[in-house]
Amino acid sequence: MVTYTVNEDNNPDTVKAKIIVDKVSVAYGDHLALNDIALDIISNKVTALIGPSGCGKTTFLRCINRMNDLIGSCKVTGSILLDGYDIYAPEVDVEVLRRKVGMVFQKPNPFPKSIYDNIAYGVKIHGLASDKEELDAIVEQSLVRAGLFEEVADRLDVSGTSLSGGQQQRLCIARAIAISPDVILMDEPCSALDPIATAKIEELIHELKERYTIVIVTHSMQQAARVSDYTAFFHEGDLVEKGETSALFTNPNDKRTEAYITGRIG
Amino acid sequence: MVNNQHIVTAYDDELATLDRMVAEMGGRVEQLLSEAVSGLVRSDPETAKAVVDEDKNIDQLELDINQQATQLLALRQPMAADLRAVVASLKIANDLERMGDYSKNIAKRTITLSNTSFMPFMSRSIESISRMVEEMIGGVLDAFRKRDSEVACEIIARDENVDQLYTSLFREILTYMMEDPRNITVCTHYLFIIKNIERIGDHATNIAEQIYYVAEGVPYEDGHPYADETSNIT
Repeated sequence: MVTYTVNEDNNPDTVKAKIIVDKVSVAYGDHLALNDIALDIISNKVTALIGPSGCGKTTFLRCINRMNDLIGSCKVTGSILLDGYDIYAPEVDVEVLRRKVGMVFQKPNPFPKSIYDNIAYGVKIHGLASDKEELDAIVEQSLVRAGLFEEVADRLDVSGTSLSGGQQQRLCIARAIAISPDVILMDEPCSALDPIATAKIEELIHELKERYTIVIVTHSMQQAARVSDYTAFFHEGDLVEKGETSALFTNPNDKRTEAYITGRIG
Repeated sequence: MVNNQHIVTAYDDELATLDRMVAEMGGRVEQLLSEAVSGLVRSDPETAKAVVDEDKNIDQLELDINQQATQLLALRQPMAADLRAVVASLKIANDLERMGDYSKNIAKRTITLSNTSFMPFMSRSIESISRMVEEMIGGVLDAFRKRDSEVACEIIARDENVDQLYTSLFREILTYMMEDPRNITVCTHYLFIIKNIERIGDHATNIAEQIYYVAEGVPYEDGHPYADETSNIT
């Protein structure tokens, strides 16, 4: 019998978990939004989080760079280890954490500044460039990696908000990668984009995983199937099923996953 | 299998239509084999001609199933059990089409043989192997409707009996050839006819394997019983 392995490097000896999530529960006041989640997020792979609205997938994403700290009533328990270090440990500097774990949001949100400054801003506040020359190089390299450089090379001084929606989103990705993160979190990055801009972002995600570990929340199961290596299905605050994307979409183990991905529950 | 309905009811209807089309094609293929063999043992060229004509309708049903399945893939992007069912339907239709071709070939040989003297003692043996295969076809169609992997496995196992009977018929026909070389032409047609029936059985097991995949989500891996030993006979 011939066996085919889709992801040849999924050998347990070579696959490395970038983030190890264990026994994580999140409550907003009395409301339990996530219940005892355990998930390994594999280095240099794309992990998609899927599930119906309100299932906790965005809450989970926001735990990974402590965005939930901003919500007073939110209480996170359990542990999230990034490269072996607990990101909720008291000594952790959240600014440093967020430099390592960048985020791209649903709606493109460039600063009302020039394209150049959109990218240079984070680099400057984190002190990542020693001079103007180095800053220029980082801006250009980030735009190249985000697949935007050719389209904007001659107008870096125009406002980021003047770009099209897809270009703005790629600018936000360039901004995120300019500060050399290890992990990029994406919260429905294509939901406001047309199919062509979406395809460009998906192609970009595929290229970016060589350098970064990517976690993407998406409402589009087709998108999860197209871009991710691993998929985690959340439902009513539980992590119902996790696994290789190719297996999860052809033969899910759990009836709830099956019902959701085949379009049987809303 | 997930029993509850899709949120989009038209999607349920389209999947149910595809199932019905496969069931109808399968039913007609089962009928075609039965009629092809009936025409043969009665040396009835009219029945044989009707079988040849009916095969065209079966070919058309395969095209219809391909179109329905392709449309479902393009418009609904099925996942999981739905995806497996659609992909399996494409493959099952392909197997059924081949099964129809084999019955048509039996019918063509019947037309040729109608000018020669049929060896009546062959009829019981041919009817016997044909009945085994018809029951396999009926069984896989039922298993497909119920998405029943247990029945599918049972049918795969039954192919061994067909192979054994085929091997023994092969030997029997050889003896008639040895007895009288004038039998060789007719007997060669019989050899092809029983081979056609045996091949139809193989395609029925292919379908059973597809049903196993639809129901269980993993390929059937137990391996075929393989009792056709005619390739070793000298």
